[in-house]
Amino acid sequence: MPLLELTDVTAFYGPVQVLEGVSISVPEGGAVGILGANGAGKTTTLRAISGTVRAGGSIQYEGRSIRGLRPERVASLGIAHVPEGRGTLGNLTVRENLMVGAYTRKDRRQVVSDVDYLLELFPNLKARIRSNASALSGGEQQMLAVSRAFMASPRLLVLDEPSLGLAPSTARTVYDAIARLRKESGIAMLVVEQNANLAFSVVDSVTVLETGRSVLSGTTAELRGNDDIRKAYLGG
Amino acid sequence: MNQFATFVQLVVDGLAQGSIYGALALAIVLVNQATGLVNFAQGSMAVLGSYIGMTVGNLFIPSTGAIVGIIIGIVVAVIASMAMGGLVERFVMRRFERAEEDTKVVATIGLLTLITGLVGLIWGFNPTPYPFFFGGSESLRIGGVSISVWSIVTFTTIIALMIVLQILFRGTKLGLGMRAVADNAPSAALAGIRVGGMRMAGWGLAAALGTVAAILLASKSQLTPNNFDGILVYALAAVVIGGLDSPLGAVIAALGITILESLAAAYVPWIGHDLKVVVPFILVFIVLIIRPQGLFGRRTVVRV
Repeated sequence: MPLLELTDVTAFYGPVQVLEGVSISVPEGGAVGILGANGAGKTTTLRAISGTVRAGGSIQYEGRSIRGLRPERVASLGIAHVPEGRGTLGNLTVRENLMVGAYTRKDRRQVVSDVDYLLELFPNLKARIRSNASALSGGEQQMLAVSRAFMASPRLLVLDEPSLGLAPSTARTVYDAIARLRKESGIAMLVVEQNANLAFSVVDSVTVLETGRSVLSGTTAELRGNDDIRKAYLGG
Repeated sequence: MNQFATFVQLVVDGLAQGSIYGALALAIVLVNQATGLVNFAQGSMAVLGSYIGMTVGNLFIPSTGAIVGIIIGIVVAVIASMAMGGLVERFVMRRFERAEEDTKVVATIGLLTLITGLVGLIWGFNPTPYPFFFGGSESLRIGGVSISVWSIVTFTTIIALMIVLQILFRGTKLGLGMRAVADNAPSAALAGIRVGGMRMAGWGLAAALGTVAAILLASKSQLTPNNFDGILVYALAAVVIGGLDSPLGAVIAALGITILESLAAAYVPWIGHDLKVVVPFILVFIVLIIRPQGLFGRRTVVRV
């Protein structure tokens, strides 16, 4: 049984249908990328999972439907969503942001060691632990957003375009850290990304969305061999 | 009375009166921390709370004696206000969750009018004396300065409440949750924080706090449905000057405003008692130009 299974998911913004039938499957401990052009419905797919847009179709997590649950409920089931634009809490310090991530946890000792682990993974954050999140650079904010999601000790990490607005080298650093997080924690991941090369460094399979539909999926190896995909997303 | 004693007397009077403004300012900061908006009905909710306290207190005083009756009244008023604050959030403000900020503020102004009218309808618009442990007149004399017992009680109560709130916001999980929701509610929800619950808690705590301030004020003078209308102006000035996100700043600003106001009235001839109400506005004006986030507020840096 997959950890997360979307079948023919639909969603509307007002009268406009944004998702017309998205199907994605994330196995336990696996990492799946969602590729697609602007407006293909990538972000909306993630929002449907975390309960921030109303969706139709079937969204199964650990074998039960989570469609229609409120965001805080979905989060408490172990799905941590790093939203588009990072969603850091600007007026809270770096440490407070991390503690917000751990809000629903009861295992205090493990929380403390997770903070230490993340600060070792992201030395930039360690140096700015008392700064307000709004004072961080874009790359640091993204690192903080990923760290905050990790602090929830999730079973599934949902990342919405972690490279957005970052310089290429910074985006690389963020992805290297995400890859390391995945290797060391075994958390399943669902990653939306425009930059397929970055996505391929973390995920093992990919679903391609076009105008609100999943049109293609396969392992990264299969898709690297697909000429259309190479041309469209991997720079030839 | 020598000149120095007069000066000290003015400062002391300012501190006690300023504590009342400070308490209402604290309540406004609390709602702002929990929901990111300014509640113009904070004063009228507090007045409603103190009427409830008075009615309950008067009900018990004949059988339990004054002191126990008054305490029961205060406790009931605080609990009732907490519930009222939570319910107002849940059933009124929640409906405006997705509305523009301006709409929400107008909704709170509507509440101000509604609650003031409701209080007048039930208890009438005539001033009512509030039962208290002691008259407002007992006072201690230290040197040439007289300090009323009311001033001491008011000042220490407000300082204690301010410290408790500062600890709540900076040192507890509930406070962290409330600040997270105020800062970015969608993100807080994605972290599993119950946004609605935090907002209700913030409104409830603020209403209870406002009620304590209203009871302290009514104990000195009298209770009328419009008791807090004028004070709301000072409280808002204090919040702007101190910073919307700083409990400490709001109280210090409230005390500062009141002291400056009474000093200005006494020592600046062209202000005098008639014009002293402009003092807080001048201060607000200066602070907004020089430091718009307030003297103690955190500057919000927006980076792209």
